[in-house]
Amino acid sequence: MMVERWHRLVGKRSEAVENLVEKGAVRKFAEAIGDANPLYLDEEVAKRSRYGRLLAPPTFPRTFDYGRIENLGSPDIGLLHGEHRIRYERPLFVGEEIRCYTRVTDYREKQGRGGLLVFLITERVGEDTEGRRIFTMEDVAILTPEIRGVVER
Amino acid sequence: MSAAGPAWSVGEKIEGRRLPPITRLQLIKYAGASGDYNPIHLVDEDAKRAGLPGVIAHGMLTAAMLASPFSPYLEHGYIREMRVRFSKPVYVGDELHIGGRVSGAEVLQTGNLYTFEVRAERGEETVASGTVGFLVYRAENDRG
Repeated sequence: MMVERWHRLVGKRSEAVENLVEKGAVRKFAEAIGDANPLYLDEEVAKRSRYGRLLAPPTFPRTFDYGRIENLGSPDIGLLHGEHRIRYERPLFVGEEIRCYTRVTDYREKQGRGGLLVFLITERVGEDTEGRRIFTMEDVAILTPEIRGVVER
Repeated sequence: MSAAGPAWSVGEKIEGRRLPPITRLQLIKYAGASGDYNPIHLVDEDAKRAGLPGVIAHGMLTAAMLASPFSPYLEHGYIREMRVRFSKPVYVGDELHIGGRVSGAEVLQTGNLYTFEVRAERGEETVASGTVGFLVYRAENDRG
């Protein structure tokens, strides 16, 4: 059993990474989720709105680079997504420079029918360039025995 | 410029949305747009190795669907908080129905915060559920 490998990650944090909320990336993302809201896409409409500028969709922060956590491995190899939370302090705008980082906040395990299930809880944060928080995400990743077999190999 | 923002009453149902079947192309597009190239969303063999019958939709794509009924109100407010629990995998070909109801209304300094219970269903089965907190700004002249 190599579950210790995961447990040891709790408390680990990445270095903050600068990200730009790019207009083209927002357009592509809005298209992929099938939401053609003009406040995401149309500069003229956005200019006349209360915001005066384009916004990013609420689930867009998934696209940012939050930096690497040592020994987490490639987070894109087969993790199942159990839960997602996001909390905004204010809306996110196109053209903003933001600083992002991630932290492993908790580890849990549960005996499932097919073996031990490992739950990793991570927090991902986006701040403005002055360090004021814009959003906080919390995600629960589930590692099934099959997935751990692939990743731990 | 615009009329007053929306107002809901507790217990009220939101207008549901019946979505077209999930396609493989949609998952490829979402992978490209989000940068999430987890192979369990794209390659059947990798999904099978992870113990699944075939590729599954990205959880965050389902989350985006759960947020979609609130998009038309963006001029008057925004999603301040969202919580989603992904309870069942979503497969290619699944037809999801997005629905919800108002579970709370609260007056804050910044506006009215409405809480919604939302769910994505495949037939009778719930595949994802959670809450959305939508803040309607206090007054139209209190800009941005």
